[in-house]
Amino acid sequence: MVSAVFHSPLAAASESIAMKKEASHIDSTRASGSKALDAPASAAASASAPAVARPPYDWRGLVMVVLPPLLGLGLLIGIWAIVSISTSSSIPSPWETWKQAVVLFSDPFYRKGPNDQGVGWNVLMSLERVAVGFGLAAAVGIPAGFAIGRFEFLGRMFNPLISLLRPVSPLAWLPIGLMVFKGANPAAIWTIFICSIWPMLINTAVGVQRVPQDYMNVAKVLNLSEWKIVTKILFPAVLPYMLTGVRLAVGTAWLVIVAAEMLTGGVGIGFWVWDEWNNLNVKNIIIAIFVIGIVGLILEYALIKVATAFTFEEVKS
Amino acid sequence: MKKYIEIQNVAQTFKTKKGVFPALRDINLTVAKGEFVTLIGHSGCGKSTLLNLIAGLTMPTAGTLLCANREIAGPGPERAVVFQNHSLLPWLTCFENVYLGVERVFGAASKSTGAPSENKAQLMARTDAALAMVGLTAAAQKRPGEISGGMKQRVGIARALAMEPKVLLMDEPFGALDALTRAKLQDELLEIVARTQSTVVMVTHDVDEAVLLSDRIVMLTNGPAATIGEVLSVDLPRPRNRVALADSAQYLGYRKAVIDFLYTRQAHVEKTAA
Repeated sequence: MVSAVFHSPLAAASESIAMKKEASHIDSTRASGSKALDAPASAAASASAPAVARPPYDWRGLVMVVLPPLLGLGLLIGIWAIVSISTSSSIPSPWETWKQAVVLFSDPFYRKGPNDQGVGWNVLMSLERVAVGFGLAAAVGIPAGFAIGRFEFLGRMFNPLISLLRPVSPLAWLPIGLMVFKGANPAAIWTIFICSIWPMLINTAVGVQRVPQDYMNVAKVLNLSEWKIVTKILFPAVLPYMLTGVRLAVGTAWLVIVAAEMLTGGVGIGFWVWDEWNNLNVKNIIIAIFVIGIVGLILEYALIKVATAFTFEEVKS
Repeated sequence: MKKYIEIQNVAQTFKTKKGVFPALRDINLTVAKGEFVTLIGHSGCGKSTLLNLIAGLTMPTAGTLLCANREIAGPGPERAVVFQNHSLLPWLTCFENVYLGVERVFGAASKSTGAPSENKAQLMARTDAALAMVGLTAAAQKRPGEISGGMKQRVGIARALAMEPKVLLMDEPFGALDALTRAKLQDELLEIVARTQSTVVMVTHDVDEAVLLSDRIVMLTNGPAATIGEVLSVDLPRPRNRVALADSAQYLGYRKAVIDFLYTRQAHVEKTAA
């Protein structure tokens, strides 16, 4: 089963930085307090209004935020450059790739025919397929998860089916999609639907099963109506689990769309990668890898932000 | 004295993996209107089980429970519960947590008393009044995560009292609090109960709390199959002051009686439990 964890390494890093800042702030106020020992009036003033005694700008904290990620990126580019040199530029160098990227992104939205469109269009088409497939999966998976979690009978009925179908690679469903929908685009959407329904369904069901008994007792004692139970207790309690499911689903969908588009063709970032491979344009493939990574990072980051906004302190017993 | 709660020959057993576990047997107890009764006993003796029975959260295996001459068939707002871990909904503000109960009780026309439904302003006024009673007007718009444990427990009490219950059921309401906060809330509770004339059944494991607050202390024997061992009437005059009572011979006598029951006659022998 998938658990509800919202921390990204990015968030964890910024948290630890914040803690260090806090510590240095305490140090500086302590120092100002000892200085003011012989002037109690001013000490009281600075204690009552800590904003007056502003700590010096935290350069060390800034360095800790900026330097390690830059070093990491530098390491990646360094290894890439070494590989490029040792393969005598059959893998293009970072600088060559950068120049190509500048050319590419100076006109991302051109259209020169069905199989030659700008990188912007390719990304947007992929995102559209992910959005449609994911949206359909959410519309089916979340209510189904509620039902499976709420009613034990349905849970026992569907758990074996879920266990059987979930490990199947979504691409194995592509031929079925092509056969049933008789088109590349609906087949790709179908694949996204299949791969993103499981995390949402399972997480929602687990969330419903884990609603604390205390909350349900409150509902019983207050004699709340079924509608109030769902809107005031069940839904808010399940929301964090549900959003974890959504986040995992979007992540999986973005992984799968590239592979699906390689097989189905049409406009899309996955097809673009395959097309550039057929043109032996390795620079564009590397650019595509970066584009896929950055889009995935943005999706993940946005969904973590949404998830943390809807997560409340658990009741500590 | 009007009987408010009547418990007649109640027994409760639980089915566990090891077989049938008898929790309570032969419980007979009546609680009068306006009375403050505490249930005390060692952990695992079934105090909370008895309270849950009165609340209607669980049904007895045998016997009957009556509240105002009607059989207790399930939980209801006339028997409000203050839970040990406050059980506030963390996504609602303190105001909304209290309002949830108020809206349910007074927002619809009452079938039993024929009282008409109240409008939103009246419901909000009730909520404000309940929060003011526990001194939390300033924290009304805060979420439970932003306030201290003592304040959360106060919101729980406000939520229960705002429903104007016939009986207030409290399951170790101050058990999770530190000693100073607990004393403060006990004093507040004494004052609120005196003002509202509430009927209270409270589970506790704190001897001082039981003697300070109660009109009667119901002492349960050790489980399994626990029953009422002794009922002690506490005839201390009200209002009670903890500082003045601290060296009152009468108070110490009651205290000694409870301690004697708990530690001499019902000394908890872990060997028999294991």
